[in-house]
Amino acid sequence: MERKIILENIEIEGIRSLEVYRENGGYKSIEKALKTMTPDEVVNEVKTSGLRGRGGAGFPTGMKWSFIDKKSGNPRYLVCNADESEPGTFKDRYLLQHIPHRLIEGMICAAYALGANTAYIYVRGEFKTIIGILNEALKETYKAGLLGKNIHGSGYDLDIYVHTGAGAYICGEETALLESLEGKRGNPRLKPPFPAIKGLYGCPTVVNNVETLANIGWIVNNGGETYSKIGIGRSTGTKLISACGNINNPGVYEIELGLPVEEFIYSDKYCGGVKGGKELKAVIPGGSSVPILPKNLMLKTAEGQPRLMSYESLSEGGFITGSMLGSGGFIVYDEDACIVRNTYNFSRFYHHESCGQCSPCREGTSWMESVLYRIENGEGKMKDIDLLVSIASKIEGNTICPLGDAAAWPVGAAIRHFRSEFEFHIQNPEIVKNIKHGKLPLTPKGE
Amino acid sequence: MFKVTIDNKSIEVEPGTTILQAARMIGGDVVPPAMCYHSELKDSGGKCRTCMVKVAQGSVADPRPMPKLVASCRTEVMDGMVVQNITSPEVVDARKAVVEFLLLNHPLDCPVCDQAGECDLQNLSYEHGTNTSRFEEEKRTYEKIDIGNLIQFHPNRCILCYRCVYAANQLTDNRVHGILYRGEKSEISTFIHQAIENDFSGNMIDVCPVGALTDKTFRFKNRVWFLKPMDAHRECTKCSGKATLWYRGEEVYRVTGRKDKYGEVHDFICNECRFEKKNSSDWVIEGPRKIESYSVINQNHYKNVVIPSVINPIKETME
Ligand SMILES: Cc1cc2nc3c(=O)[nH]c(=O)nc-3n(C[C@H](O)[C@H](O)[C@H](O)COP(=O)(O)O)c2cc1C
Ligand code: SF4
Ligand code: SF4
Ligand code: FES
Repeated sequence: MERKIILENIEIEGIRSLEVYRENGGYKSIEKALKTMTPDEVVNEVKTSGLRGRGGAGFPTGMKWSFIDKKSGNPRYLVCNADESEPGTFKDRYLLQHIPHRLIEGMICAAYALGANTAYIYVRGEFKTIIGILNEALKETYKAGLLGKNIHGSGYDLDIYVHTGAGAYICGEETALLESLEGKRGNPRLKPPFPAIKGLYGCPTVVNNVETLANIGWIVNNGGETYSKIGIGRSTGTKLISACGNINNPGVYEIELGLPVEEFIYSDKYCGGVKGGKELKAVIPGGSSVPILPKNLMLKTAEGQPRLMSYESLSEGGFITGSMLGSGGFIVYDEDACIVRNTYNFSRFYHHESCGQCSPCREGTSWMESVLYRIENGEGKMKDIDLLVSIASKIEGNTICPLGDAAAWPVGAAIRHFRSEFEFHIQNPEIVKNIKHGKLPLTPKGE
Repeated sequence: MFKVTIDNKSIEVEPGTTILQAARMIGGDVVPPAMCYHSELKDSGGKCRTCMVKVAQGSVADPRPMPKLVASCRTEVMDGMVVQNITSPEVVDARKAVVEFLLLNHPLDCPVCDQAGECDLQNLSYEHGTNTSRFEEEKRTYEKIDIGNLIQFHPNRCILCYRCVYAANQLTDNRVHGILYRGEKSEISTFIHQAIENDFSGNMIDVCPVGALTDKTFRFKNRVWFLKPMDAHRECTKCSGKATLWYRGEEVYRVTGRKDKYGEVHDFICNECRFEKKNSSDWVIEGPRKIESYSVINQNHYKNVVIPSVINPIKETME
């Protein structure tokens, strides 16, 4: 069954504008929430819905909201994380570009639930067009009296501001984002305290992903109970998946959680199979940070069950034979793809994006990149493979923020599942030097 | 009071105490090494990861172990917490890894470094590091920048602990230096390459755990282990006036703040006391400073030294 929540009505001409969006049922949830529900009732609906954070970690949204300290007397803030910079993930951009009011509607309900009178949308700086679209949408919303003072005569006030990042992936990490929003260097903070206790300007704050917040309007309108029936098990609702790589139909799809991976890859409704009729080699199912899986483990779990697009199924088998749903960046590799080159490319990214605060990540990401650069260029040694595994394992779990883990996991997984490709590179330097896999130029580290 | 047990030794501490502080109260081997934390600098710590420990039991109320190693300098104790430092192989392993990371790009130029003999990194690598390196790549180097005529800055030795930044931020009005760039490319720099000039800038030297910031007026003058430290004080309108004078014979070679056994200065001193008062007559001498943490170098405390075999015949002959 096809189910649209976030991308519902996206095909309607002009849906980007407030007028068309409202003609098609938009902003109904505001009336309902503000006039007929208490903030805590909204929180409870979201809890009942089972909605989990769509930014990558999958933390239950209602639970996160209930940690907010409403008694401290300090102002509370809602922050929307629209920094989307993970390689392979481009779902939030799609949503914001085509149906920005879905987010604003959700944010109004969410801010009301949290008792916040100020909310921010932290947008990735490179999203120039999106920033324009969002500002335009906010202007319309203010004009219609849906934002500002006394929304819909309810006595509730809310202001939403758009804040632009300056090109750092690390500012997508929620505490680095808050630092950046405060005008400081985007270094992640040590946790605890978590943002729900001490967030923006030291006040209780919720940071949620764009897609997470885009679900809230629907949940208010239809009830958490109805939402919880969509999806599978503890993976309720739908998920935006940005599919890319060697497939026939790259793009953004809204799927009901629980869809079999095999159907997602091969059905014409989705990826449409591997491009050029080639054989599938591997998939990274949740953005560059999550482990890569070879075809056999991608389509079926180690137990032989069909692998499903859900938090639980994708992580079944842990990191030995599983991966993660992550942010939904679904990257497909065909039989000709070079895993070594791909791993090198990712490690280059993480090296470039590390904030440099903690020693394992700062030094380790650069070291891994250097070693992978050598291997990819036919200058590797056999012991380099185990060295990489060792470096990765020493970064993992020992850093301030999860970027360290995100840098380590892809390397560990690539070697775990495709060790022979690394060995091939080392044993056949002449062949490797002459093959140009992919289109990326090979540049020395960090450039 | 909260009861906390570290490496099987228990102590009762005030709520709000960190694991590191509790360990220091116990003293001895249970104390994790700390490179970036400094008790006088707010917000410091959490970055270098040398002080990581294992929390085997969270508290009486919630006895579950913590899933990852935690930075002891920034983790507060709970009642009934059980912590493992050197009794946990995982901690020992992780610490070894951190030392390896910190030394990866370090120039290892101790023979020409003024910090040698009182360097936290030297001690750390001696206690927790290995003799060899697995790093075969080219080391990172930085352009030298001149930060004035009082402080010598060696960016290649910097471990990016951020202590000098916090010190400058918290002790002076106009901080002109900070961290530029990010990741492995981050570096300490001044705002458009200007000199660091203010009354308290010299304290950056004392908080720097390595030889990245050293006293330019003492540069290459002497090795610290040839000097005799004496505590002294003077009336000063700007600072506490409590310092340590470093003598060779009758001559004062340098003036520093008083470092405790964890390398921390608790009374910061002004630049006048540090750089301009280098005569005994400027000071009231209190007596020799008790240095509790001798460096491996000045104490000749070498372990596991491989004695070359040629020495043995000589020894035998002598016997
Ligand atoms: C390095 C790094 C980058 C991240 N980037 C993003 C991002 O671009 N967008 C996002 O929503 N979450 C990102 N996250 C996750 C956020 O820290 C945070 O968990 C999320 O915004 C919470 O929202 P959710 O609960 O709605 O998922 C990132 C995390 C890390 C460690
Ligand atoms: S893990 Fe990396 S990105 Fe995260 S705080 Fe440490 S150095 Fe910065
Ligand atoms: S210069 Fe010294 S104090 Fe400053 S960050 Fe580097 S190592 Fe730390
Ligand atoms: S001293 Fe605790 S992390 Fe550096």
